[in-house]
Amino acid sequence: MKVSDLIEQLNLEVISGEKGLDREVTGAYVSDLLSDVMGNARESQMWITLQVHQNVMAIASLKDLAAVILVKGLRPHESTIRHSNDEQIPILSTTDSTFEISGKLFELLKKEGCLA
Amino acid sequence: MNLEFEIAGGDFTKAGYASSQVKKMLKQLGVEAHCIKNIVIALYEAEVNVVAHAYEGQILVHIESDKITTKIIDKGPGIPDIEQAMQEGYSTASKKVREMGFGAGMGLPNIKKNTDKLQIQSKVDEGTTVEMVNYF
Ligand SMILES: Nc1ncnc2c1ncn2[C@@H]1O[C@H](COP(=O)(O)OP(=O)(O)OP(=O)(O)O)[C@@H](O)[C@H]1O
Ligand SMILES: [Mg+2]
Repeated sequence: MKVSDLIEQLNLEVISGEKGLDREVTGAYVSDLLSDVMGNARESQMWITLQVHQNVMAIASLKDLAAVILVKGLRPHESTIRHSNDEQIPILSTTDSTFEISGKLFELLKKEGCLA
Repeated sequence: MNLEFEIAGGDFTKAGYASSQVKKMLKQLGVEAHCIKNIVIALYEAEVNVVAHAYEGQILVHIESDKITTKIIDKGPGIPDIEQAMQEGYSTASKKVREMGFGAGMGLPNIKKNTDKLQIQSKVDEGTTVEMVNYF
């Protein structure tokens, strides 16, 4: 599954990084602790978080993550958006809580056989 | 082959920049993907520790046929008790830094997990040197 396939099905808003929408998705990691993500997230995973500052994109890029989903309608900082466009890693937004979006994403990836 | 990068302390907007430069270079040099992943994790954590806890630093990368040696040398407050600092969850990060999601006390444990050899030397009020080796 690609990031673009998730957008419609999960009703996500694309905030930035459109050029990365065809990145392949193999799972997701949920955490707001940056070292936790650095140590444990894997390449091509989605990252669900409430952190909105630009270090999020530095990590997403270093880890080759597929995209970042911001929960509860949170908006990224301007610098985060710029970084997302430069690195071509999308930032997506949902009004769902972390719990809700994680559940939906898990179900969808499982159903499609996309959980690595 | 040797590479060298500077790290600016205190400026979180640039945290990870040096690591991303090193990552690009290692990719260009054809270093094996799994090895790059490990080094990037360890290097990022060491870089952010300089940004978060020290004043300025330098990354020295030395590549040989069988291994990569990475040294992160900083000027800063130093670490009084390295054994304590290595413990998962131990952090002296400020509330502000924690709110950004740093300060989980997982950085040094991440470095340990992702390197084959790790040596930390530190002098209080002078600085810290982290030296790590990854074999191919
Ligand atoms: N370069 C350094 N200079 C001075 N103190 C350091 C340095 N690196 C680590 N420390 C000390 O060791 C502690 C633990 O470091 P570690 O990287 O494990 O966690 P952290 O940086 O506090 O949080 P995290 O890495 O999870 O964001 C730090 O809180 C700090 O007190
Ligand atoms: Mg740290």
